[in-house]
Amino acid sequence: MVRWGMVIDLDKCSACRACVIACQIENNIPPPDPKEAANFRTISWMRMVERIEGEYPHLKSNLMPVPCMQCEHPPCTKVCPVGATNKTKEGIVDQIYGRCIGCRYCSNACPYTVKTMNWYKPAWPKEMMDSLNPDVSVRPKGVVEKCTFCHHRIQKAKDRAKLEKREMAPEDYVPACAETCPSQAIYFGDLNDKDSIVSKLSRSPRAFRLLEDLGTEPNVYYLREGA
Amino acid sequence: MEVVKPDGRLAQGERSAAAGDEILYRPIMKTGRGFYTVFALLSLVVLVAAYAYFTQFRDGLGVTGLNSPVFWGVYITNFVFFIGVSHAGTLISAILRISKAEWRRSITRSAEVITVLVLFFGLGNILIDLGRIDRVLKVIAHGRFQSPLLWDVVSITTYLTASSVYLYLPLIPDIALLRDRMKGGFRKRLYQVLALGWAGTEKQIHYLEKGIGIMAVTVLPIAVSVHTVVSYVFSMTVQPMWHSAIFGPYFVAGAIFSGIAAIIVAMAILRKVYRLEDYFREVHFNNLGILLLVMTCLWLYFTFSEYLTVFYGAKPDEIKVFMEKISGRYAPHFWFMVVTCFVIPFTILANNRTRTIKGTVIASVSVNIGMWLERFTIVVPTLMHPRLPYETGSYSATWVEWAILAGCFALFALIYMIFTKLFPIVSIWEVQEGRQKAQGEVAERLKTYLPA
Repeated sequence: MVRWGMVIDLDKCSACRACVIACQIENNIPPPDPKEAANFRTISWMRMVERIEGEYPHLKSNLMPVPCMQCEHPPCTKVCPVGATNKTKEGIVDQIYGRCIGCRYCSNACPYTVKTMNWYKPAWPKEMMDSLNPDVSVRPKGVVEKCTFCHHRIQKAKDRAKLEKREMAPEDYVPACAETCPSQAIYFGDLNDKDSIVSKLSRSPRAFRLLEDLGTEPNVYYLREGA
Repeated sequence: MEVVKPDGRLAQGERSAAAGDEILYRPIMKTGRGFYTVFALLSLVVLVAAYAYFTQFRDGLGVTGLNSPVFWGVYITNFVFFIGVSHAGTLISAILRISKAEWRRSITRSAEVITVLVLFFGLGNILIDLGRIDRVLKVIAHGRFQSPLLWDVVSITTYLTASSVYLYLPLIPDIALLRDRMKGGFRKRLYQVLALGWAGTEKQIHYLEKGIGIMAVTVLPIAVSVHTVVSYVFSMTVQPMWHSAIFGPYFVAGAIFSGIAAIIVAMAILRKVYRLEDYFREVHFNNLGILLLVMTCLWLYFTFSEYLTVFYGAKPDEIKVFMEKISGRYAPHFWFMVVTCFVIPFTILANNRTRTIKGTVIASVSVNIGMWLERFTIVVPTLMHPRLPYETGSYSATWVEWAILAGCFALFALIYMIFTKLFPIVSIWEVQEGRQKAQGEVAERLKTYLPA
């Protein structure tokens, strides 16, 4: 069975935020209204987290892109009262927008704060309406949404491979953020395939995962900077 | 027989007995202008709240102050608070019934009504908090038992059922009294149906008392489970200062605490409005005041244990939340909570001279404000500091949330008022039974305690 995973090389990442924008375009995430953004209402499946280390004058600022960790043991799916968020067989934590009752318990239970709420009905500038991605459903107001590793792309990749009568190749399915990254800092693939690049990198001495002590077993790995 | 008058009250009590507790029927038989004025004012507040909710329903939860990462705020605070207050009635009245505390007779009814009504507001606030209220039935269709929210649904609906039955059973003989009194009309028919053919026969009384006894015992574990499960909603997550094993008992103690305070306030208002000085006496306020004093101390003990553990352990994630409460943005809330939950009530209640009706009422109002703040300082500061280094959230509730909070209180008062207009707020038959039998029973009981 495949287990989709991601490795983000912080040495290569220049924090240009191209992944953030690519994600918004791919997944029909409306651009935030500045007033709402100031009230912490931005919806962003991939966000750039800033971490400041040390004290003045020995300050160091780190930026790292944070998508959903697609945990092996997700704290969010456990608490959902209606089963609107689940772990799929291929390791992705999904969100069923049609079932979500908007209680935001999963958002609160997630230690990475990657599940966001639709506080309003989504709205796009008129010019952008034509560029909405037909493969991704838009979310109604009042439901929680999250990064899905662009799982609509899996189905497409599978269909294409079937049509061409071949096995699905690793390059067939890549999420928008990994595809876009100009410095190629984001690797994506099957963690269960020991020869895959993500599997190899995840075993590198530089590899770490966020909040590992919580036992959530994220499927997103980072490669330490400056090692 | 000449009435002995060591103090005036006893004589007054005799007068009430002689008058056949006529004053207890008066609110039902006659409705003055004051009632309609208050009714109109409260309705106005409820209407504003209804408009606030309509705004939220139309535009989305964006009209509140909620954001990410502060996904929960005033509504969830209200939910925990109201479910807490609901421990007033049923739990207290059940404990007093089981322990055969004779002074309970005139106060149980007013307490039990609080429970049943306030539970709806607890549930209601959860529903108001939902982003998709239209999908609420999915909780039944697709409910998953691994979610603590579903434990809540089950235990609260069980509690609602049990406490409604527990309110209704002791009401039956009183409904029968009203049925016999009414000349006709809609209410007569209502009482006829609700009295279930009560005639006060030996057999009926036997079964009723058995039923009340069974319900009193049943309701206790359910009540404890309810607030434990409410606390589990928080403590089952791994979030800093939520993930605490003490939360179950801490919440239950807090619930009983705010519950007793709510009874005292309700009793004081009823006493004043319906002139029930003879039924809600100083001794009731004094006894409930002592109970409240015990709970104040228990509250301090729990709070101290909880906060000392966090402080001494000093885990970085938890200490961030801790400092936010002790000296950060939520310090005013936190310290005001300590003052209103402990300093004020303890000072008033620990002193015999200040533990008067006025004193206990001031202490109770203070406790209720403090307990709301306690729930608030549990919910919000944790959410403001998620584990990942992240833009620290901020939260300030909007008019929508405050209007709905005010509306909850107003609607509660409104329904409570209507209840007092339909049913006696003091259990008439239990008071009368107390006069006729209790003295003998207590004397008998005393004999069994003492060496011959």
